Amino acid sequence: MTESATSKLLNGDICHRTSNGKKASKNGFVKDHSLFEQPQKYRRPRDKNQNVPHNSSLYKKPFVESFEETPLWVAVLTYMGYGILTIFGYLRDFLRHWNIEKCHVARERDEQKDFVPLYQDFENFYTRNLYMRIRDNWNRPICSVPGAKVDLVERVTRDYNWTFEHTGKVVKDIINMGSYNYLGFAENTGACADAALEVTKMYGAGVGSTRCEMGNLDIHEEMEQLVARFLGVESAMAFGMGFATNSMNIPALMGKGCLILSDELNHTSLVLGARLSGSTIRVFKHNNMQSLEKLLRDAIVHGQPRTHRPWKKILIVVEGIYSMEGSIVRLPEVIALKKRYKAYLYLDEAHSIGALGPNGRGVVDYFGLDSKDVDIMMGTFTKSFGAAGGYIGGKKELIDYLRRHSHSAMYATSMSPPVAQQIITSMKIIMGEDGTTLGADRLRQLSQNTTYFRRSLHEMGFIIYGNEDSPVVPLMLYMPAKIGAFGREMLKRNIGTVVVGFPATPIIESRARFCVSAAHTREMLDTVSLQELLLQDRLFDC
Amino acid sequence: MFQKEVLFCFFSQAPAYHLILEGILILWIIRLLFSKTYKLHETYKLTEKEKEDLIEEWQPEALVPPVSKDYPTLNYDVVTGPPSHKITINGKDCINFASFNFLGLLDNERVKQKALASLKKYGVGTCGPRGFYGTFDVHLELESRLSKFMKTEEAIIYSYGFATIASAIPAYSKRGDIIFVDEAACFAIQKGLQASRSLIKYFKHNDMEDLERLLKEQELEDLKNPRKARVTRKFIVVEGLYINTADICPLPELVKLKYKYKVRIFLEESMSFGVLGDHGRGVTEHFGVNIDDIDLISANMENALASIGGFCCGRSFVIDHQRLSGQGYCFSASLPPMLAAAAIEALNIMEEDPEETHRLTFKLYFGFVFLYSVHNKLSFGICLKLVGVPVAPALHLELERSSGSRESDMKQLRSVVDYCMERHVALTLARYLEKEERFLPPPSIRVVVTVEQTEEDIQKAVACIREAASALLIS
Repeated sequence: MTESATSKLLNGDICHRTSNGKKASKNGFVKDHSLFEQPQKYRRPRDKNQNVPHNSSLYKKPFVESFEETPLWVAVLTYMGYGILTIFGYLRDFLRHWNIEKCHVARERDEQKDFVPLYQDFENFYTRNLYMRIRDNWNRPICSVPGAKVDLVERVTRDYNWTFEHTGKVVKDIINMGSYNYLGFAENTGACADAALEVTKMYGAGVGSTRCEMGNLDIHEEMEQLVARFLGVESAMAFGMGFATNSMNIPALMGKGCLILSDELNHTSLVLGARLSGSTIRVFKHNNMQSLEKLLRDAIVHGQPRTHRPWKKILIVVEGIYSMEGSIVRLPEVIALKKRYKAYLYLDEAHSIGALGPNGRGVVDYFGLDSKDVDIMMGTFTKSFGAAGGYIGGKKELIDYLRRHSHSAMYATSMSPPVAQQIITSMKIIMGEDGTTLGADRLRQLSQNTTYFRRSLHEMGFIIYGNEDSPVVPLMLYMPAKIGAFGREMLKRNIGTVVVGFPATPIIESRARFCVSAAHTREMLDTVSLQELLLQDRLFDC
Repeated sequence: MFQKEVLFCFFSQAPAYHLILEGILILWIIRLLFSKTYKLHETYKLTEKEKEDLIEEWQPEALVPPVSKDYPTLNYDVVTGPPSHKITINGKDCINFASFNFLGLLDNERVKQKALASLKKYGVGTCGPRGFYGTFDVHLELESRLSKFMKTEEAIIYSYGFATIASAIPAYSKRGDIIFVDEAACFAIQKGLQASRSLIKYFKHNDMEDLERLLKEQELEDLKNPRKARVTRKFIVVEGLYINTADICPLPELVKLKYKYKVRIFLEESMSFGVLGDHGRGVTEHFGVNIDDIDLISANMENALASIGGFCCGRSFVIDHQRLSGQGYCFSASLPPMLAAAAIEALNIMEEDPEETHRLTFKLYFGFVFLYSVHNKLSFGICLKLVGVPVAPALHLELERSSGSRESDMKQLRSVVDYCMERHVALTLARYLEKEERFLPPPSIRVVVTVEQTEEDIQKAVACIREAASALLIS
């Protein structure tokens, strides 16, 4: 299971969430001069909450998000489920220790038996006893383009998921609701693939040097200028890996004496980058502007801890779409706060670039704001462009500085040429510069698919999280047994889904996540929703 | 009524000192409850107006400090066309002595054809991390081929060479563990160490006595606190062929130290994979060390294998852990399948033709001898010295005598590089992040010898460097 949440809500409290993500039981007032003062109202649980933004004047269209609260009895049953699994886990460990049960776990070498153990036993308790049982839902190998339909390599396990064997057969035409293929650019035919072919013939696949030494190809410069034009910023720089873009550039910009205010549910790469930078990190509640404002005010008024010196810089780090929640950042409010308190804004648009907005320019386009207000616009090419890598866009001074001080530019190999070409071609299609309307069609198709899919699931009575415009659709499952059952049953019905549980999500909020794509047709979405409805009797009783 | 009597009985039967003690305790609790509490650091409260003033007054620094226009690394050299043996840089056609294309596979037709075939089948990107439909059969094949080639149980692939060792180290070593690292370790290792939050101890470059001294000190510490020592993991991180100093680590001695002091070894083989050893298996084959003695070998596929990405190989016991706790593996999109296919074909070529590696070794000796002659011509006032061992493919040319300022040294070396580029020999300065490196290496020119260069090419390059040095560097 992959993680994208950094905090683990293990406090056992049932999350009384209002639609704002605030704790409903508190009744705090924010001080007079803040922008978003309002008393917190207690909302009745279990209602589908329609959110009314506090400063509606900042939003050009309704911002509707919902995070329905977990019903009490579901929470109790979930905890009981985990409790039973833990007891069985201890029992199995005991049996394995006394060799009553065959142990499949890999062992240390005999020559190194007296070394300090490499892993602590308890670190792997969860992996051995809970993850192993449902491991067949992840790492499913595929052998075709990760488009709307995908071919899976069939694998069987004879020893309850400890080892897998490939039968040699291929399961064809699984509807792919798991790949991040928002605009359907994961294809092996068409303009993108042809252009990438040409470039591979000319340049080869590898580069063999870093960006600042011998790896700066003309195709990289062309791509960066195009990215800057696409985003509407002065300049942009691209890197070979999206994760590394965050973890190597935040340390180049922030250092000791700086403050980073990061959202609760930020991606691991942002957390790692913030940690490596050496700055102080403070976390605000997910998408909660009051919490952010309070932190900003406290930080500026009180300065650095203990010495009370003023902070050198304050950076607010948020994402465009949070991939585990499906929520969209409240960008107009964040920008208003940033301007008021003179902080800098780092926006990670990994999932939202290409997927939101009438022109596909991301969350800035979606809210109709000016991209110059965001100091550092970061994004990845993996999701909507069907390539790999990441970029950072902003003012010319920022990018010039990064060209000289980014870890990636100095030490890491530059992007592979066919990947760069794929980005160029797909970006031109989205912008409409290739002369066709393919880009506009795909953007429209994606937004229609998103609305349709969310509405049909909602009408069937499933609990869906997130903003109604986000193509990431989390469907709540809650109980641990349902994680495994849902994944397997959907695969039997030829639908490939992604299920996530602890530790990527809070322990009682396991979910299945669907990624709607422009390549999906209405029939495919109907099939998916229908199959879920049929499964409902078997799995869901809430 | 009954209860009051019972209570009275208890009180009368209890000894006097007990009652007095309890009475004192109760009085103390009452006092604490009613005393004024105060926070140690907030003995004053600011008024609203004061807070507003502070907020108005505060001015942050500029997001990025202004950089001067003539900073050396401002303008990248632009390469037009493929970065292979003959390279067009800044408009000039040169022979490439700067890319890490050791086995000349960047330009190889077979590798390109396989990449094209994979592109036609899978497209370019994978649209997902390994856990969520991002695992292709090509990845599994590459992993099994690499593990067979290196004769280990398992291998794991990363999509970025830098991220390989930087994710592998924090997956095993956590806060409280101890890592012994060579001073000349590359930047990726340093970032991995920083992310791991462990206690880092540096030993002098390739100095086994220094390392042994540190290990002995640690052993004494362990004897003082055996409980803590039983859960403190200890690692040694070294590179097979160091990129900063172009020499080899003494692996047999390290293995002896490993068993003597019970530390695990992590070996970084980015430069030595495909270069050292009879079949190109790296420094373990070069020294004839049993590969199981090394706990983890990490290498990137961007040098000899002419692709993108990196891999770690070792025993399943060690490698399997990274599939759930290697951050660069779990939270990042997988390697594009065409690059994996290119790597498989490059591996095929390496396996079919071990002579290729021998040819490279021969070229390396040849190149080294010639470059060494540059170093030897002191009487001509050439003040460049050669740093590195004969089997290293990427050698460094440093100034004999530094002028004292790093900037002026870099300018001088840059002028040598520009001179050579005018004469169609592409070289590069070795670049570092000056403020971030722990032990900053001296400024140098990096010369890469690959299997595609002919002897005439090498002679020409050496002559060119000699000319440049005598013309530009004043002794």
